[in-house]
Amino acid sequence: MLAYFLRRLSQSALVLLAMSLIVFLGVYAIGNPIDLLVNPQADEVERVRATVALGLDKPLYVQYWTFLKGAVTGDLGRSFVFGVPALDLILSKMPATLELALFAMVLAVFIGIPLGLVAGLKPDSMVGRGIMAFSIVGFSLPTFWVGLILIMFFAVQLGWLPSNGRGDTVLLFGVPVSFLTVDGLSHLFLPAVNLALFKLSLLIRLTRAQVREAVLQDYVKFARAKGLSPSRVIGVHILKNIMIPIVTVIGLEFGSVIAFAIVTESIFAWPGTGKLLIDSINQLDRPVIVAYLMVIVTLFIAINFVVDMVYSLLDPRVRLGQAAGAGH
Amino acid sequence: MAAEQTPLRRFWSEFAESKLALLGLAVLVVVMVIAVAAPLLAPQNPYDLSQLDIMDGKLAPGEQSAAGKTHLLGTDDQGRDMLSGIFYGLRISLGVGLVSTVFALGIGLTLGMVAAYFGGWADTLIMRIVDIQLSFPAILIALILLAVFGQGVDKVVIALVTVQWAYYARTVRASALVERQKEYVEAATVLALSKPRIVFRHMLPNCLPPLIVVATVQVAHAISLEATLSFLGLGMPVTEPSLGLLISNGFTYLMSGKYWISFYPGVALLVTIMAINLVADQLRDVLNPRLKK
Repeated sequence: MLAYFLRRLSQSALVLLAMSLIVFLGVYAIGNPIDLLVNPQADEVERVRATVALGLDKPLYVQYWTFLKGAVTGDLGRSFVFGVPALDLILSKMPATLELALFAMVLAVFIGIPLGLVAGLKPDSMVGRGIMAFSIVGFSLPTFWVGLILIMFFAVQLGWLPSNGRGDTVLLFGVPVSFLTVDGLSHLFLPAVNLALFKLSLLIRLTRAQVREAVLQDYVKFARAKGLSPSRVIGVHILKNIMIPIVTVIGLEFGSVIAFAIVTESIFAWPGTGKLLIDSINQLDRPVIVAYLMVIVTLFIAINFVVDMVYSLLDPRVRLGQAAGAGH
Repeated sequence: MAAEQTPLRRFWSEFAESKLALLGLAVLVVVMVIAVAAPLLAPQNPYDLSQLDIMDGKLAPGEQSAAGKTHLLGTDDQGRDMLSGIFYGLRISLGVGLVSTVFALGIGLTLGMVAAYFGGWADTLIMRIVDIQLSFPAILIALILLAVFGQGVDKVVIALVTVQWAYYARTVRASALVERQKEYVEAATVLALSKPRIVFRHMLPNCLPPLIVVATVQVAHAISLEATLSFLGLGMPVTEPSLGLLISNGFTYLMSGKYWISFYPGVALLVTIMAINLVADQLRDVLNPRLKK
């Protein structure tokens, strides 16, 4: 177990290092930030002074080494645009993104699993087919398109819900959150539904498939034969047994919810990290782009690492064979 | 029917069992004809500035322009006929989707075959890269690449190919590993045929069915991903307005109730993606050996 742990850990570190190199070299190959930062009227002396001050005159490998040395101490450079440390900027936007992602995940879980359960128990009924049709549509709709329709319908036509920003926030343990105010909640609703739809469809399909397998098992037949009430058979015998794969998928998908939040945040002008990334790309704010990517890559590697570790604890075959890659 | 049961005919009759899939196929054919023949079908050339009049901007669907032409789906802020814009946009969206799928299929297929047939370190290396890549969402990788490369058709295609090849590599490797154990491969090896010949002439045709399914699904993915990237302003340049870019352009006017600039390109995108998915769903059932009667 320890050997597997160490091998997997060093592999994660290697991936992180490789990603940092790719991201750093890639992002630093685009444009010259000096053009954006220095007043166009500035003379050559001024430009050279700014270049030296930002360390942009040094060879690329020196810049990368400086970046790496800073990165291990949590310093990912300063934003060219805002003049504050890039990591602080990202962390200050993180609560908004996490709130949106968590809320979306909650919606997906509490709607998706019951619907999947119904579809799995009655696969040939009208309701079951309807739920599946809904999940297929939810699966194929591009996220940004759904967001657009939501805005068009609920914000513009009906005027029920606002379509941009976070609304009123209150501090919860020193972190600003929207979901505790009525205004904030109304702002949170549309983007969260938008972000949830894809995962909702995924959970419906997954739960349905698991339920259909579970109802054929002997322990379910036995529980029924014993005369247990249907609700007890479903709630205790079926649900408990299908929860393990579902919880795994929920864990794995959380990272991808944060990645997809880039799209949702851009549409609903939700002031989170995803919107910050798109803004930074448009403004060529390189340190912020690099810092964002490093944060999200670290997050992904951490999630995959934890999932692999939990798997190998549950199933010894994993650490003996090859660890399978995580899903889409 | 007394007709001879050729594999193709059997395939078709199985495919045609689903009315929904036939509908999807019919829609897909229409969409493709529109994409190919856009210059012939479109009421105007939306990118010929001499045909545009800014005074006709933002006309609602069905309204007439100053010159007396009816715009069925309205016009955008530049006075461009939306129907024509959608026809040309379909061309670009479908084109990018297909081209990137063909390249990704080629690369993924070759690497997957190499991994399965040769095994050893080549297998380990290729599949490790696939594993790592597939552990990140496609959109994130595409975003990183486009943030690095900047805009452009070629760059979007490169990003889509990079994102997609791993799916093919994994699929083809899985089926090639099964095929490798079969007797005909053994027979070919005994005949001392060259390795490339065994891999590509003998094994490959037998690995194709699952690949066809993945490729169909991936065309829809590629189109959707390209639209998303263009919507975010990181995909196609303004000179190559795909459906995603048209939607993005109209997004600004959505708030003031001028829905049609975004909505109709969105419908076109949706219809295309849904049609491809319907066809792919049925292909999966027909080509799946486990469901064979």
